Formats: sequence, C-alpha cells, structure tokens
Amino acid sequence: MKSVALHNRQITLFLKSFTFLLIFAFSLSSYSQDVDEARQKEGKKLFKSLCASCHKLDRKLIGPALGGVEGRRENDWLKAWIKNNAELRASGDAEAVAIFEEYKGANMSAFPQLSDKNIDDILYYTTVGEIKKEVVATEGVPAQSSGSSSPEWIIYILAAAIIIAFLMIASLLKQVNELKGIKKAPSQSNLKRDLQELWEGLKQNTFLKVLTTLFLLLVGAYIFFGTLFKVGVDEGYQPIQPIVFSHKIHAGDNKIDCQYCHSSAKHSKHSGIPSVNVCMNCHKSISEVAENTVVELEDGVVLGKAQLDKEIAKVYKAAGWDKENLEYTGIEKPIKWVRIHNLPDFVYFNHSQHVTVQGVKCQKCHGPVEEMEEMYQHSPLTMGWCIDCHRETKVDLKGNEYYAKIHEELAHKYGVEKVTAAQLGGIECGKCHY
Amino acid sequence: MKKLKINNSQQKNRSQKLIVYSLLFTAYCILLTACNDKRTPQLQYMPDMYESVPYNTDGEIGLKGNPVNSKPVAGTIPRGGHAAYDIADTNEGYEKAKSGLKNPFDVTEKNLEVGKKMYTIYCISCHGKKGDGNGYLSQADKFAGIPNYKDRDITEGSIYHVLIHGKNLMGSHSSQLTYKERWQVVQYVEVLRADLLK
Repeated sequence: MKSVALHNRQITLFLKSFTFLLIFAFSLSSYSQDVDEARQKEGKKLFKSLCASCHKLDRKLIGPALGGVEGRRENDWLKAWIKNNAELRASGDAEAVAIFEEYKGANMSAFPQLSDKNIDDILYYTTVGEIKKEVVATEGVPAQSSGSSSPEWIIYILAAAIIIAFLMIASLLKQVNELKGIKKAPSQSNLKRDLQELWEGLKQNTFLKVLTTLFLLLVGAYIFFGTLFKVGVDEGYQPIQPIVFSHKIHAGDNKIDCQYCHSSAKHSKHSGIPSVNVCMNCHKSISEVAENTVVELEDGVVLGKAQLDKEIAKVYKAAGWDKENLEYTGIEKPIKWVRIHNLPDFVYFNHSQHVTVQGVKCQKCHGPVEEMEEMYQHSPLTMGWCIDCHRETKVDLKGNEYYAKIHEELAHKYGVEKVTAAQLGGIECGKCHY
Repeated sequence: MKKLKINNSQQKNRSQKLIVYSLLFTAYCILLTACNDKRTPQLQYMPDMYESVPYNTDGEIGLKGNPVNSKPVAGTIPRGGHAAYDIADTNEGYEKAKSGLKNPFDVTEKNLEVGKKMYTIYCISCHGKKGDGNGYLSQADKFAGIPNYKDRDITEGSIYHVLIHGKNLMGSHSSQLTYKERWQVVQYVEVLRADLLK
C-alpha cells in the first residue's frame, strides 16, 4: 500500500518537473533570449535597405533565405562574399561557385562600402530575426462567410411560409364549406359585402369613376415609362468578379495611380484591363496580404487574411507562377473578369481623348473608385449624361496650335472666353454616332 | 337558358384571367427592372447593338478557338514603330546594354516633362519622388530594399534594359509604356540621379 502511494508521488513529481521544464524551455526559446535591440535595429535597417530586394529571412526570393545563415556558413566567408562575391568566385572558391550556379547565375551586387561591423549587424539580424512583441490578441476580424446576409433569407422564407399557410387554410375552409354543403353566395363575410357596396357606389358616381381611372392611368404610365427608361442603363451594376479585387486597397490605401494598371487609357480608345504580368510586377513579392487586412463585400460578407491570400493565389494560378520555387511554370489561365462598363457599339468613345488631351480625372466618370471595395458602375452612361458634361466643360486648348485659330473664331462667335466641348461640336450627332 | 349562363360565366372567367395576366405581366416588368439587384445587368433592348459583332481583341473565343490577339511573327516591325528590343535578359545582356545602348532622343524640356509625368505614374510608388527609393510603398513597408539611384552605377542603356526586363524584384514595365515614353523616363531618371549625386 505504501509503495503504491510512493510510486504515485514519484509520478506526480516527475510530471510536475517535466511540465516545469517544458514551460521553461518554451519561454527560453520564445522571448527570454537576450537580444541586443540596438544591434538588431541597426542590422534590420541595413537589411531592409540593401538586402531585402532579393532576400527574405524565412523564404527564398531572388536569392536564398537568410534566416540563420550564420549557422550554415563561416563568418569570414560571408564577409568576403558580401563585400565582393565576384572576386570570391574568381578566386575559385568552390562554395561560392556552387551557390552562384544554384541560383542560375543571378548576379548579386557587391557591397564594398559595408564595414565588418555593418555586416556583423546584418548577420546578427538574420540570426535573431524580428523581436516578437507581446502578442495582444488581435486575431483580426473573424471572417464571417455569411454574417448579415442570413436574416434576409429568413425573411423571404418566412414570407413564403406565411403565404403557403394562408393558401392552405383558405383551401381547407373552402373544402369544409363544400362538405358542409353551404352555398357560397348567401353567407358572404362583412368585409366582402362592404367592398361590394363600395364598388356599386363607385360605379354610380361618375366623378369618382373618372378620378380613379385617371389615377390608375397615371400610375400605370409612371411604372411603364420608368421601366422603359431603365432598359439598358446599368448604373450601379456591380457583378461578382472572379477575384475579389479591392480598388480601395490598391488605388486608395497604397496610392497606386489608376494608369499604372489601366495603362492603355492614355493612348487608346479603351482604358484596358491589365494583363496579369502587371499584377505580377508587385505580387511577385507580395504573396500575402498584411495581417489585419479586411475586405467587406456588398453582401455583408467580410473577408479576412486567410481568404484574401487565396485571392492572391488565384493571380498566381492565372500567371502560372510557382510560389515555392519562384518561377513561371508556363501553364497560364487567363482571368475572366466580368465587364461592367459597356457602351453600345453605336457610340464612339475614346479614353485617350478625355484622359490625355483634356485631362479629365478618372473619378469624374467612374466615381470614387479609390473607396470601392467592389467595383460598380457609378454613372448612367446615357447620352443625356454625356451631353450634360460636354455643355459645361471648357475645352483645354493650351499649346495646341492647330486649334488656336478655330478656337479664336468660335470664342468670338459665342462671345465667350473659353469654348465648351459642346460649342466645339461636342454635341453633334456625327461626333459619336457614325 | 342554361347554355347562356355557361357562356356568361365563361366570359367572366376570361376577363378575370385577363386581369390576372396583365397584373402578372406588370409585376414581371417591375421585377425585371425596378427590383433589379446589383449583381445582374439590366435588360438590354436589342443586345446585338451592345455586344460587338466583330471579334474583340480580348475576346474569350477568338478565331477557331484561338485568341485573336496572338503574338506577331518574330521580327515584325509595326508601321512607324521600332524593332523589338533584342538584348537578352541575362547578366551579359545587362552589361551589353549598359555600355552599348544609347538614347536615340535628344534631351529636351518636352521629353523631360513627359518623362516626369510617366515617372509619376509608373515609378514613384516605389522609387519615390526624388528617386531615393523612398516611395509610398517603401514607407508603408510593402516593399523593401529599393535602391537609391545614386548608389547604383547605372547608365541610360542599363536603365532602359531594366525598364524592359525588370531586375530582381522589379518587374518589366515595357507593356505599360511606349518606345518613346521609355526613353523619356530614362532621361528623367538620369536627371533625378544627377540631382541626388550633387
């Protein structure tokens, strides 16, 4: 009996010490290491400005991952390599030639300006890495896949259920009545009788009759024409795109110029949808969104980091980019964007004429794109809308000698200082329809 | 007498049906347009006038299943255009462009003005207003390691080469700029570099 108790005590003691050890080891490895913050900072600064265009700590980029490189190479070798790798290779160093071959002859710049201390600082940074701050539990917004969109459905379902129930009750009552053999006509409900009386009264009063007819006709005409005028006008059209691309993040938060991606707007009729190589100019290195990035879609769906990283993966798939080995596989799959703005074929419109010649801001027609998480059509794109703008926009003819004389004559003719687009012929039918 | 009655009720039925159908039709019309949700396009009147009859250059279905905007035959020179850049994207190519490639355009105020305009659209995000590598994306910590122009030994040829092929993390920007615009950007970058070296 005693021995058993002793045995138990031994086990608990062992377990306790083991957990203690575990915790100790864990805390040691995570943050109790004495990190020389000043050195780390200095190294990080140098690393960010000189090395980061080709190296990351945790994964391969143009060159190898540098996290813990001190464990893999001699310090002297690293210094020689960083200061002038070409010289080291020329001296016949086998390791240097091997790594050069492994990265397909990618030339690393020489950094003769770095002192030994600088290099040691950089290497120190590669060894200790980022200093982990106390993780304040900010898990980001938990992504709800269908948060606020569910109540709408419930309402629809409820409405449908109520209607069905109502119909069922009505038919049941009817059947019951029929079974009972009660004739419909004599026993009308009060409401029905009242309505019938009202109807009879209405039929006899001519004034009311005309008034109601007029009212009904007007309402009908309003609905009818309202319907007709909406045909083909896609204001507010916001289709679901194959990739959740947020203009807010790109043009708004990161301040990338519209024409960086829509580069053909400056010379051509179309503003153009960027081909994937333009995406890859940045996304070659940006394979993940920042930690707290959130995109809220129109349906109330909120996408967090996990989902948005998948969206970037879609770009990689389209471009045929192998994220792990950092090379193009050659298997491409173009993205099928859904077109939003579409002028009919019988209208001629030219982006370059508006963007380059007149210098119209993109936002004038496309609205606050830099605030749109999902792109939608901001303007109606109707003829009246075009003409309104042409009537009030003064044409910028500065530095255009060809038009100088015409402008002078027109300005004289209309008695204005600056001619509007309309006065220059901007509302002639043949200008856009031919 | 009985027959007449049936006729009467039939007529009544018919008019009732008519009313119901017209109501349904109106509701349908309203549903089509007024209650249109944002995700579907509006009804189009004569869609053949909205959708292009000719092949779209970026059309999904091209000629016999092949895209119509395929690559031109090797060696094609567009009318009034220039031969394609043929220096390869290798270390040797870089050296060759650096020493041998020269700007065919004169440095004029107009060229520099266009160069600045293009630089402001295509380069400024990373390289910064002054070319010191301190653009907005660098400040926001999205991109790191963007060099200062003054720290790099670059020539007009090497700038053009890098603009065409990209280098390290920088991608090719040749599809976004025309032949002339590229050289104008090169001119402007050289001006920035000279200012930084002062």
